[in-house]
Amino acid sequence: MNPIRQVSGRAIPFGRKNVDTDVIIPARWLKTITREGLGKGAFEALREDPANIFDSAEFAGSPILIAGDNFGCGSSREHAAWALLDLGITCVIAPSFSDIFSGNAFKNGILTVCLPQEAIDRLMEVAQEQPIDIDLETQTVTTPFQDRFSFEIDPFRKHCLLEGLDEVGLTLARDAAIAAHEAKVAQNLPFLAGAA
Amino acid sequence: MTNTARTLYEKIWDAHVVERRDDGTCLIYIDRHLVHEVTSPQAFESLRTSGRKVRRPDLTLAVPDHNLPTTPRRTATGARVPIADAESAQQLEALEANAPAFGIRYIGDADAEQGIVHVVGPEQGFSLPGATIVCGDSHTACHGGLGALAFGIGTSEVEHVLATQTLLLKQSKTMEVRVEGDLPAGLSSKDLILHIIGVVGTAGGTGHVIEYRGKVFEEMSIEGRLTVCNMSIEAGARAGLVAPDAKTIAYVQGRPMAPKGEAWDKAVAWWNSLRTDEGATFDKSVVINAADVQPTVTWGTSPEDTVAIGGVVPAPESFADASKQDAARKSLEYMGLTPGQRMDELEVQNIFIGSCTNSRIEDLRAAAEVLKGRKKHPNIKWAIIVPGSGLVKAQAEAEGLDKIFVEAGIEWREPGCSACLGMNPDKVPAGERCASTSNRNFVGRQGPGARTHLVSPAMAAAAAVTGKLTDVRSLTN
Repeated sequence: MNPIRQVSGRAIPFGRKNVDTDVIIPARWLKTITREGLGKGAFEALREDPANIFDSAEFAGSPILIAGDNFGCGSSREHAAWALLDLGITCVIAPSFSDIFSGNAFKNGILTVCLPQEAIDRLMEVAQEQPIDIDLETQTVTTPFQDRFSFEIDPFRKHCLLEGLDEVGLTLARDAAIAAHEAKVAQNLPFLAGAA
Repeated sequence: MTNTARTLYEKIWDAHVVERRDDGTCLIYIDRHLVHEVTSPQAFESLRTSGRKVRRPDLTLAVPDHNLPTTPRRTATGARVPIADAESAQQLEALEANAPAFGIRYIGDADAEQGIVHVVGPEQGFSLPGATIVCGDSHTACHGGLGALAFGIGTSEVEHVLATQTLLLKQSKTMEVRVEGDLPAGLSSKDLILHIIGVVGTAGGTGHVIEYRGKVFEEMSIEGRLTVCNMSIEAGARAGLVAPDAKTIAYVQGRPMAPKGEAWDKAVAWWNSLRTDEGATFDKSVVINAADVQPTVTWGTSPEDTVAIGGVVPAPESFADASKQDAARKSLEYMGLTPGQRMDELEVQNIFIGSCTNSRIEDLRAAAEVLKGRKKHPNIKWAIIVPGSGLVKAQAEAEGLDKIFVEAGIEWREPGCSACLGMNPDKVPAGERCASTSNRNFVGRQGPGARTHLVSPAMAAAAAVTGKLTDVRSLTN
């Protein structure tokens, strides 16, 4: 996972609420056995419109996406995060995210920033013409007009994102604790300890 | 005095904490991991490149379901019928190779036990009350119908569970959906959950685990509870639960992978303790009056877009919030509907009865009851019934349900995810409507341009007979 410290550049003022994972990447694109190349299928139905924002000269390749409430609802497909990454998006700003999507985004080094709707409205306005800066270290989103919005992030997630840490490797180091739990379950709840 | 009363969710959570960190994040042990062909190849690939093993292959079960065509998979001589789509075939081959390479139990595409992972898990006794169950699929919430803490995960988490048998999680908030009173006659668990999602909204349960409470759920069959919990994710909740009871225990007993002997006795004793304590509090509570529930259908492209079959397509202006008004306008355009149209006059061309939501034996019986002695309407161009597993299929055939379906002019298929999502050959053509027992009416979900109306199995069967969305009670009363 690539470390992430700052994301700066144009932000796609998408703004839509309840963007589901079937919109981000339709099921027919899930038949891959790799993580790469899904940008082609990202927002496919919306991109049938030649005037769509994702392919516009102004916003194509932008690293930031601004969306409405409940971004990434629906399926657990991590392909949604991979598709955004393949489009070049490494930060999504929205008032709220679905639980599964925000986990998937985090595990792929995509920063999800939650801001209140008023801040989103302002950023949508700025994004039409100007770039936006996100600084993970200071947990702030700023604009060239001196707007400054602070956001919350789980300290562990922040640490992993800043360092680009591999969560599987971190957990494997907890082997003794996991083995101790397994021994306790085998004793107390033996029916959970193995599928017959 | 501190309140030590706990909810069902909190009891299961506490029993699975390996370690608790200062920031409240917990390392949670996972008891059962279901793996299918779509969300696992990249996880296995990562294990391979990093030289990591599967920690507990014995707690892992792999079954292909999403990609498989629902037409016969073997010829009369037992040879595999090739999958026409090269990428689907490749995903199936990847799982067939990865499962044995990592020592994981595998149910093959033509085995009698094959089916949708969320049907197979409970059916095999792999899914147990009080267990933590995950799968790279958001409808894993389904297994909560047995009183398991079950939720969908992404592929990186699949890899994490394969390698460590744990997940790093923050404890969710608790939400109670309490249904008071009795469901009116002729209504199903699907009508109830669609109604609930209409009330709660698709983001109402975000960050929460739902516990469904009330007499309706106590009286509901296990199949019905699985249907309700399955769609918890459509209300934004990663998991839904119904407390295990005598019905749950009777359902699990004797299944192939269920505990036996002394382990069974210990299990029953623990399961009987798994209910929300008197005095435990929920972070959020929603109360539903069962008498308000009608046969429910969806009009739009979000599962929260529900309306009673006797109702009409709503006007976008009827929604308070501007963004919802905008979403409704887009939905109506996609669905080809105008405000004020009666739902029970909408002609449909396709019928799909199946999916992890509604493909169990009880669902098929409900459809058969309506279809018995009737024929599908000439409007209906395509109608299929897809059992959730090979065992459901065999049971339905033993009961003669398949004959009722075929005589009604409906195709009887092989088990799989089928037309719930457009990644196998079962798709709804662009611009056509489908009365579907699946779980999502998203844009393009059943194929590009497909117009999905979510319904119960009995309502889908009724639509097959009349060629339009129909109150099934008008056929059965």
